[in-house]
Amino acid sequence: MEIREIIDYLKAYDGPELKFMEVCGSHTSAIFKTGIRSLISPKIKLISGPGCPVCVTPTAYIDKCAEYAMAGDSELLTYGDMMKVPGTHGSLSDLKGDGAKVTMMYSPFEAVEKAAADPDRIFAVAAVGFETTIPSYALMIDEAKRRGVKNIKLITALKTITPAIDWICANQPAIDGFICPGHVSVIIGCQPYIAIAEKYHKPMVVCGFEAEHILAVLYELVRQMERGEAKVVNLYPNAVRWEGNVKAQEVLEKCFEPDEATWRGLGSIPGSGMYLKGDYAVYDGGSRGLVRDMELPEGCSCGSVITGVLNPDECPMFGTSCTPLDPYGPCMVSAEGACGIWYRNR
Amino acid sequence: MKITMAHGSGGKTSHELMGSIFGKYFSNDVLDELEDAAVVDICGRIAYSTDTFVVTPVEFKGGNIGKLSVVGTCNDLLMMGAKPMYLTCGFVLEEGLEIETLDRAAKAMAEEAASVGVKIVAGDTKVIEGHGGMFINTSGIGVIPEGRSVRAANCRPGDKLILSGNLGDHHACILSARMGIENGISSDCACLHDITDALFENDIDVRTMRDVTRGGLGTIMNEIAETSGCRFNIFEEDVPVNEEVKGFCGILGLDPFYMGNEGKLIAVVSAEQADKALEIIRGTEHGKDARIIGEAVEGKGIYVITKFGGSRVLDMLYGEGLPRIC
Amino acid sequence: MCVAIPGKIVSLDGNMAKADFSGNIVDVNTGIIDAKIGDYVLVHAGCAIEVMEKDKAQELIDLFAEIDELEREQ
Repeated sequence: MEIREIIDYLKAYDGPELKFMEVCGSHTSAIFKTGIRSLISPKIKLISGPGCPVCVTPTAYIDKCAEYAMAGDSELLTYGDMMKVPGTHGSLSDLKGDGAKVTMMYSPFEAVEKAAADPDRIFAVAAVGFETTIPSYALMIDEAKRRGVKNIKLITALKTITPAIDWICANQPAIDGFICPGHVSVIIGCQPYIAIAEKYHKPMVVCGFEAEHILAVLYELVRQMERGEAKVVNLYPNAVRWEGNVKAQEVLEKCFEPDEATWRGLGSIPGSGMYLKGDYAVYDGGSRGLVRDMELPEGCSCGSVITGVLNPDECPMFGTSCTPLDPYGPCMVSAEGACGIWYRNR
Repeated sequence: MKITMAHGSGGKTSHELMGSIFGKYFSNDVLDELEDAAVVDICGRIAYSTDTFVVTPVEFKGGNIGKLSVVGTCNDLLMMGAKPMYLTCGFVLEEGLEIETLDRAAKAMAEEAASVGVKIVAGDTKVIEGHGGMFINTSGIGVIPEGRSVRAANCRPGDKLILSGNLGDHHACILSARMGIENGISSDCACLHDITDALFENDIDVRTMRDVTRGGLGTIMNEIAETSGCRFNIFEEDVPVNEEVKGFCGILGLDPFYMGNEGKLIAVVSAEQADKALEIIRGTEHGKDARIIGEAVEGKGIYVITKFGGSRVLDMLYGEGLPRIC
Repeated sequence: MCVAIPGKIVSLDGNMAKADFSGNIVDVNTGIIDAKIGDYVLVHAGCAIEVMEKDKAQELIDLFAEIDELEREQ
């Protein structure tokens, strides 16, 4: 099959309206960058899901990070996209103006080097992420333990994606099928999706991030809908093994254990968080119980946007009292937040 | 030798620094008068601009803060169709700065100024407490020849958009140095007078020009669209980006459309003159990778036409364009 | 949700490798993959998360063959 045939097919689609959710923020971003929406039938709707770890971080978490950044003897290391998420007393970027010590990192392994070189200070790592990122934190903590580096703390907001997909299927039955996250699937494989696909009878297809991948996945989802199927299909076999990366799964289980976690806009989901366990728990910087979320102002529809009930531009605050320069929720702050992307591409 | 507070005292140590560095490199008939202000003759319409340079690190592949300070202000004048005539410069030096580093910056300023044919006619130096940093402000005056009008308001639907070369080199070079990523990316830091001179000498009616600096092409094109009242379509596949810069952007999740450059311009020309203008730009040292990347149409905003004929809006840069994980 | 791009392993020392991304050389932890020099690996936040079997061009060619295969199964 040629890419042109697929585009023609998706453009000409005139059956019942279909709603597919791309769970992953990088897919949301790729869909906008490649202009996919302008290439397909308006009857195929793409809904942006909760798959941006920054977007689903509750206020209490930002406040905990700020505590370390403001304390005299510690420094906070974070990825760039966390810098502007609002906490109770402003974002980490705002707090830098008040003397907060915040350093951007590219990789968590930088923390071990910094901590080893400066043993009198605490290096706190804002450890956000899904399954893709969790193994790197596990390797990093293992490395710190092996080298006897003790002045590292992880403030974790680590989440697993399948409980969230299950939650969405249970609470938002209008979604017809899922574009499964490509790089999370590298770690967890395709098997975890089978139970959800069967339980809710929804097709679930794994794919990569090129325009070709996304067009292929949409074609496969539409075809499954037309045939009344609900299969798990892997269209990213170059990177995703059916069983996932087993070594990564082992490392992850060695250092972390699941527990309840708060997702901004969704609330608490049992077993959807990952926390340092056993011998590794000494490296935890106070990550459990960070459940308090900001009281969203009246009209704010973050929760409905993340679950795909509303498009971002259907929120009454979108583009008026909530913009990328003055955001209420992280969906508008993050480069991959559904609202931020819609605003930039409106 | 390092800079100390004494170098900013206005006393003998200051005078020695002036003589040994600035006097050595910047000497010309106006500056050498050593009066409180430069006195110069200017006739006609002038373009007048200022810019402050705070880049870290102060020395990078392809240039240093001194070269950048001349390039930045001269390019702003050149984009108005002006011939840069005079520059002033203000240095803010932090205690602990190696005098050798300052010497190299001043030398680069003098070389770049000589190549553009602009004179540095006044200057000032202050020293503050700190950790060896260096900041430079330059202001420049240029003369616009009679009858020349280079403004965004001149753009018309049908006009073509020419980009003078690869996007993102300067930004990627600076960020690589800060993040310790090894590569061969050099800053594109350069005065673009070879391109602008060639265009005007060959009677190209340039509607408008901008140098594609901070905020990147996305931001600058939005500014042009707003002032001109035209919509612009940019063909993504035609926008040149060096493979190494693409790789760098991939690692950090950056978008070349929003990366700063210090030696690239975007020119809007009529459809009839577009091919000729492209050939002229390609014949210059700083324009050999130039491409026609888009066109003006009726409407508002900037649209990117993607690989398979899809389209999307290209908005201004919001915030800082930080590296991200997700 | 997670930016990851392929790079080529150019040197290897225990669990640490240097990977080449179109000329950009970056330190990469290889603790969760079995990599050898010359392999293309998918790297996220300084950590190689999988070995890629083929390059992107071949991957996209095979993608459409896979779609054909799925259609034939019907």
